[in-house]
Amino acid sequence: MAGPVDLKDIFFVEADELLSALEEGLRAIQTGAQEADTVNAVFRAVHSIKGGAGAFDLKALVGFAHRFETVLDALRAGQLQPEPALLGALLHASDHLADMISASRQGTNTDPELDERVIMALEAQAGGGGHKEEEAFVFEPLALDGPFGMEFSPMPLVTGRRRVTLTFRPHAGSFASGHDPALLMRDLCAEDEVEVDLDLSTLPEAGNFDPGQSYLGWTVTLQTERSDKDLLAIFEFIEGSCDLTLASDTSTEPRNNPPLPAPRIASPALAPVSATPVPAATKSPPPPAATAPPPSAGPASGAGPRPTIRVDIDRVDRLVDILGELVIHQAMLTEAIEQSPGFGSVEVDRSLDQLRQLSRQIQESVMAIRAQPVKPLFDRMHRIVREASMAAGKSARLVTEGEGTEVDKTIIERLADPLTHMIRNSVDHGLEKPMRRDEIGKPNEGVIKLSAAHRSGRIVITVQDDGAGIDRDKVRMIAIEKGLVSATAELSPQEIDALLFLPGFSTATEVSALSGRGVGMDVVRSEIAGLGGRVGIASVRGQGTTLTISLPLTLAVLDGMVFEAAGQTLVLPVSTIIETLRPEASMRHNLGQTDSVLDVRGRCLPLIDVGMALGFRRSLKPGEGEIVVVVERGDEGAIALMVDGIRDQRQVVIKGLEANYGQIPGIAAATVLGDGSVALILDPTDLAATGPIQARPVVSLAAE
Amino acid sequence: MSLRILAVDDSLTMREMLRQTLTEAGFQVVLAEDGLDALERLPGAEPDLILTDLNMPKMDGFGLIDAVRNGDLYARVPILVLTTESAATLKDRARTAGATGWITKPFDEQSLVSTIRRVAAV
Repeated sequence: MAGPVDLKDIFFVEADELLSALEEGLRAIQTGAQEADTVNAVFRAVHSIKGGAGAFDLKALVGFAHRFETVLDALRAGQLQPEPALLGALLHASDHLADMISASRQGTNTDPELDERVIMALEAQAGGGGHKEEEAFVFEPLALDGPFGMEFSPMPLVTGRRRVTLTFRPHAGSFASGHDPALLMRDLCAEDEVEVDLDLSTLPEAGNFDPGQSYLGWTVTLQTERSDKDLLAIFEFIEGSCDLTLASDTSTEPRNNPPLPAPRIASPALAPVSATPVPAATKSPPPPAATAPPPSAGPASGAGPRPTIRVDIDRVDRLVDILGELVIHQAMLTEAIEQSPGFGSVEVDRSLDQLRQLSRQIQESVMAIRAQPVKPLFDRMHRIVREASMAAGKSARLVTEGEGTEVDKTIIERLADPLTHMIRNSVDHGLEKPMRRDEIGKPNEGVIKLSAAHRSGRIVITVQDDGAGIDRDKVRMIAIEKGLVSATAELSPQEIDALLFLPGFSTATEVSALSGRGVGMDVVRSEIAGLGGRVGIASVRGQGTTLTISLPLTLAVLDGMVFEAAGQTLVLPVSTIIETLRPEASMRHNLGQTDSVLDVRGRCLPLIDVGMALGFRRSLKPGEGEIVVVVERGDEGAIALMVDGIRDQRQVVIKGLEANYGQIPGIAAATVLGDGSVALILDPTDLAATGPIQARPVVSLAAE
Repeated sequence: MSLRILAVDDSLTMREMLRQTLTEAGFQVVLAEDGLDALERLPGAEPDLILTDLNMPKMDGFGLIDAVRNGDLYARVPILVLTTESAATLKDRARTAGATGWITKPFDEQSLVSTIRRVAAV
């Protein structure tokens, strides 16, 4: 079973959810898409953060959330109108609250001056409209407030035993509020010598007796060391629903007048006996919102969210690991059976087939557990756009699409950084300045569109801006200046765009606060490559740029084609394969001394020998490289890979190599095959980059 | 027999905190996420005490108090309000609705437990 759960961890997980709800609600209000409960939900989010923060004594957070909440409360009450300036300040405060929470998570604090500035800016926007009746929020872990409205006057410390006389008469209707005088009497009499007089004067005739009402009164005389305050504290909750007097017999504190005021509350339920309504024990018809509906009839059970459980991610990861082992052993079993003399029996065959199907179903179910919608990730990007456009002096809006697309949790987590960078880049470099946009008749506000979709077994995420598009002349010039390409190289538009991903490339002629962080698109590319994905770029001058990330559905298992090249067993992801063929000699055309292309039905594809590209051989012997696998590489087009033979198509478990060997160009990962041997999984995109056609001549020319 | 408590709060952190605190004190705890959820859980929980937050979605603490007090079986169960609010008007409202007592968050574990023992018994 699970060990003790760290409450603080729960708080931070919940705080993240609340922050998303907060931001989402504020955005809905901003765009006019809010529903009846939106303002309440926004208020509750900040309120709950305050409550949790208070429990962990995070003072700065509590103070900030409290003032934030006060403004939201005024908005909720209709004292404030959701005008753009106020919403801007609210969003800013929500961003800052997120910063404060992440600082708290790391055990630090944000700059108190900044905290103050942000909240003051919000309060300034709110004007005087946001004042609650209470004063500053008290965050000492003060357990009990005064009882309902009762004030204790400070008492001098009374020591020594003294005589106290206390009279107590609960109002007739006090039972209706759940008060139990017996418990109070128990506490009062627990520690001391007492004399109790019972007052039965208002007890009715047996026939008129109503068990739902209180008829008794007590006069208690105590010899006690407890202070008046301690004694009165026992009655703190019932104070307004009873008559209570206290007289203590002490020279230090003479008290002729009982310290307690007469009952203040005069609601009908607490009025004198005769006026008390018949309590519930006599079966008055329940009101519409009656208690205790049968469990199945509750409104929440039908319309509410489906029940979920929270599971430690480590458990799911372990399940995935075990599943990987299962897939490997199933492959081994299949292989062993196929090679045994008894193979061929229909039953064995059928059972193997079922086993295969079951393990695939288990795999899909486990992947579904790990899959999460990209929405939270996308939601975080709104803030990036806000901040980036503010810093760049531009006006921009983020539009998201396909937020429900589910992606493996690990992938989502590792997408945050590259995506942040891409979006910053789009705002910073993609969008024109507002003046320029005016000149060319575009709306002042730039639009960044972020979308996610499943496409042929992969997840495709695009970041699209409606800016100026890539200035290819400028990109080419910079690349030549930086020695990334030769001045004489003939480059296609796609090749020029791809230069943006080369290490050391940056088009920022003026150092910008945003992208000038020493992180280029090359880092984005390698981060995405680390996830088994690739990045593409497409651009139309004057209309904008689209960055496309394409990712595998999962990091754990893939459908692979097992093949041989130069005596090595290798694996290609099936999802990348377009076709396999055995080409005629006439289809092959040489380009220069080393490079060649393959003419596949009129389409010339770069032809690469896998054995050579990976350094397993220097030349082809007869009979080798006769089979060609055509694989697609997204925006970069297809390539033809020469291999020696195709063995099998099967599920393979991905075992990362990066931790031990770093990134190897052309190799995505490794796997264990059914016979127990290790095979490398190829990354065709990278393979091409190291191959003879694409980047190598460019780089080597530059090096000359 | 240990005291049975129905603790109602929309915050997962608070629910978990209450579960730990109250369980350690030897109480039996049933948790609910909001007023409606609490009403549904009443028959299963058979609580000796209800501990409820005020600000909650679907049905807030006032709604819950009102429904419990105007209901049938559980109308006499003591209800303690546990909230960050401390405004007098809210307290009066809760009291008028039939709340038994009021505890302000953040709470001190010992005081919470002793307060519960003061207003409820098996």
